[in-house]
Amino acid sequence: MNPLNQLIEAALFSAARPVTVEELASLDPDANVADARSALDQLRETYDFNQHAIEIVELAGGYQILTRPQFAAALERAQLHVRTPKLTAAALETMAVIAYRQPVGRAEIEEIRGVSAGGVLRTLQERGLIEVVGRSEGMGRPMLYGTTMHFLEMLGLTDLTDLPRSDELTIALQPPKPLEPEDDDAEASVPAES
Amino acid sequence: MTDTIQATAPAVPGEGGFVVRLDGFSGPLDLLLHLLREQQLEIADIPIASIADQFLKTIDALGLNEAADYLEMAGRLLRLKVQMLLPRHGEEEGWEDPRAELVRRLLEYQQVKEISLWMEQGIEHRAARLGRGYLPPAPEVPPAPLTFELLELLQAVERVISGIATPVLHRVVPRPLNVEAATARIAALLRERPRISWLDTLGPKPTLTDVLSTLLALLEMARRGVVRIVQPAPFAPIVIARESTEPIN
Repeated sequence: MNPLNQLIEAALFSAARPVTVEELASLDPDANVADARSALDQLRETYDFNQHAIEIVELAGGYQILTRPQFAAALERAQLHVRTPKLTAAALETMAVIAYRQPVGRAEIEEIRGVSAGGVLRTLQERGLIEVVGRSEGMGRPMLYGTTMHFLEMLGLTDLTDLPRSDELTIALQPPKPLEPEDDDAEASVPAES
Repeated sequence: MTDTIQATAPAVPGEGGFVVRLDGFSGPLDLLLHLLREQQLEIADIPIASIADQFLKTIDALGLNEAADYLEMAGRLLRLKVQMLLPRHGEEEGWEDPRAELVRRLLEYQQVKEISLWMEQGIEHRAARLGRGYLPPAPEVPPAPLTFELLELLQAVERVISGIATPVLHRVVPRPLNVEAATARIAALLRERPRISWLDTLGPKPTLTDVLSTLLALLEMARRGVVRIVQPAPFAPIVIARESTEPIN
């Protein structure tokens, strides 16, 4: 294995969080982002080819070494790993609204779900899945919520564009706000009509 | 309109035969969707009258405090029911379906539910892959075991001792109660005066031992009938009087 691959393996192993490709590239003064990427690919292939129990997963804007899914049950049985408690339906729904409408205030969340959201918002905040990202200009300047990095990590998403697009949903009513650069292109063509 | 739909939906429950667990719903919209799905009704053409009745019947089982959100929805449904009953003037044109807002909200909520299910699966899927566990900050490491020679220890002891200016040694001397001396002092006082006060019996600047010695002496003399101890009034100074003329001592 070449030295850069080893360095990156060491970094991914020692970090208990996703590490960005820029961070990985900075490990070696002579390496750039492209080198880090190709090293990641080689490592990934090594793990796959040799049937390692771990793999390199792209997650929350970075890379992380994770065990492969087939070992989860055994590890939990042996109590080497404790599963975090499941989120309630109310918490999941609230998180869904925030993920698509962020930054979004409590009133809008409650309007969409038809129930008060105070307790659920607090729970989600305590678990680090959402955070206050600003204040609205409206009356009383209510707090606006958005999702966190931990939200992406917990769902195994690279970024918010990994959320299902409206056309992938059976009910497509309110498309999520444009998140991808390609949406900008689409918007750029709109003013021509107006 | 509602009649025809009720006819196609015979699932409308009879009295008492309709039990729904409300805590299983995450809100009034969830409950509405459930009622619609159960009877395979279209959201877009919601039979307000029958759904409103079922909704009310269902939330009846719930305590009022928890049901606030449900009651608000019940109110909306009843208003819609009334609006649907009002005669429409100028038929088709200009008539806006009063259910439109509710239908929009239901569809929107259904989308939220769908996404939340997708998220739940995502979380499950991700939870099956384990990263390195969270490492708590290292605990305070205990100091490494001491390794030294005997000579070093002795030198250290020497250094500590040399720091002490002059060793101050105390001998602890037991100071027993001196009842005899106290008795003699009281007897001397009583020879001069027939009555003395408690404070008189104590010498100047009495120590704790003096006080105890004097007290024991007084009690002993009183027991022997040599003195009489009197307190004229509650909290008044205690008076010690000569009891007999026989020689005290």
